[in-house]
Amino acid sequence: MQEIRFHGRGGQGTVMASIILAKAFFKAGYYVQTFPVFGVERRGAPVEAYLRLDRKKVLVRSNVYTPDHVVVQDAKLLQTVDVARGLKPGGWLLLNSAEFPRSPDFSEFQVAVVDANRIGLDLGLGSRTQPIINTAVIGAFARILDMPPLKAIGEAIEGEIPVKQKENREAAERAYQAVRIRGD
Amino acid sequence: MKTVLEGSHAVSEAVRMARIQVMSAYPITPQTHIVEALSEYVAEGRMDARFICVESEHSAMAAVIGAASGGVRTFTATSSHGLALMHELLHWSSAARLPIVMAEVNRALGPGWNIWMDQTDSLAQRDTGWIQLYVEDAQEALDTTLQGFHLAESINLPVMVVLDAFFLSHTYEPVDLPEQADVDRFLPALKPRIRLDTRTPFAMSQMAPPGVYMEMRRDIQSAMERAPDHFARTEVAFEKVFGRRYGAVEAVACEDAEVILVMTGTAASTCRQVVEDLRSEGEKIGMLKLKMFRPFPVNAIRKLLGDARKVAVVDRNFSFGASGIFAQEIRAALCNHPNHPPVFGYIAGLGGRDITPDTLKEIYRMTRDTDHPQAESVWVGLTTEKESR
Repeated sequence: MQEIRFHGRGGQGTVMASIILAKAFFKAGYYVQTFPVFGVERRGAPVEAYLRLDRKKVLVRSNVYTPDHVVVQDAKLLQTVDVARGLKPGGWLLLNSAEFPRSPDFSEFQVAVVDANRIGLDLGLGSRTQPIINTAVIGAFARILDMPPLKAIGEAIEGEIPVKQKENREAAERAYQAVRIRGD
Repeated sequence: MKTVLEGSHAVSEAVRMARIQVMSAYPITPQTHIVEALSEYVAEGRMDARFICVESEHSAMAAVIGAASGGVRTFTATSSHGLALMHELLHWSSAARLPIVMAEVNRALGPGWNIWMDQTDSLAQRDTGWIQLYVEDAQEALDTTLQGFHLAESINLPVMVVLDAFFLSHTYEPVDLPEQADVDRFLPALKPRIRLDTRTPFAMSQMAPPGVYMEMRRDIQSAMERAPDHFARTEVAFEKVFGRRYGAVEAVACEDAEVILVMTGTAASTCRQVVEDLRSEGEKIGMLKLKMFRPFPVNAIRKLLGDARKVAVVDRNFSFGASGIFAQEIRAALCNHPNHPPVFGYIAGLGGRDITPDTLKEIYRMTRDTDHPQAESVWVGLTTEKESR
């Protein structure tokens, strides 16, 4: 079983990112389980979502404490949230950022960055101050894990997002190509 | 067709395919997603049903009581304070013998204000004459909702399908969504035994003086006593169409178990993993999953637990001045069984606190290493007084 934790802010489509990824993994033959950290979310407040995937039915229904991978949708969260809490050494930390993080530098983990804001802006997704970034982040995630297939991601996006489907698919595809891995 | 669904929407889909005719509800977290989806289905014409908007849960139950008295299939859903507000009409609906189905998403009662998982809301309704069925995952939530209509209509008692806040209601997972034709085969249109009709008017729920009231009460209990058999028949019919069955109780690895954990809701699912893990380490752990709470399946419990070594009941609820509610019921069921096992009571996961595999392993070990219960209830995972300040 693999466990993934998503960090984002209310309004950034963090829960939606987790659901789309879950559906894409399901299409690729995995059993999935995803849920938000249940709070009384407000726009802009830090939010979390969890995703479990396995080849067999996931029985455990508690929260995720030691994720295999972490996805951070807003680099500014690094200042206030310990996004690497419980992350297994060697696990992936994917960050929506143009730059690799310096402090903390997350030296125990594999780090990847993707400038999802730029991709969202270039494709006219969302507003200039608040571009839609979640579909790009998912595309980048599929690249670093080498799963699920980009085709499954595209289908899941079309199933979940009723507007600008072509642009959102394109965002995932561009991020898939553009994601940068530390040390590469 | 297998698809990834939110737990709440698994219930909505079941209600849609059950072709209910009238529903009424008032939104409350964490139940809201269930009726939100249903109101959309009605608005889009995907359901041929009336959604009656009301100003409170009390009125929601009153509205479905009215509709059910007219002989149509009805549904409502609520949580926590909403269920508490319905309390008067819960008694009414069962005593009027109306086959209403309700989804109840377990949520803590305030204050302190808390929207998270806790079973005290539904268990506090144990004496209202409703059948209560607790489920552990989205598939079971869907299936049990369909079974709920079948069961309610077979014995004219209302059925509450109870699911965990968030750990189930807001969790997405694969669900086998039935075909409408199969649901129709399992659950044909309601043939009401009681039906108000303006063409042949009569009065219902009249004054019942001492000369008849007691017999009416006894009739409700007779129906409750028959409910386990009816539920078994419902499950046979369901299995014939869908190939799945659950049981009022389910024993997992109990045969040679030194300690049997009694579990409900999503924590039962987590416990399956714990049983697998601890068994692989040679520990003799078993689990009894309790699905049916009302009627309480006393015979099945005596059979499965009567000769067990030790029983540990995990309660995500509490009755102040007493103990965990499932533990009370298990003790009562076993007390007349000769040489019954000691029953250990554990309180865990109130108000949304997590029940992790480690929580259950700790409960198993505490029970294994203690000969007799030292207290009616042991509260697991409390922060110490110093830490909580």
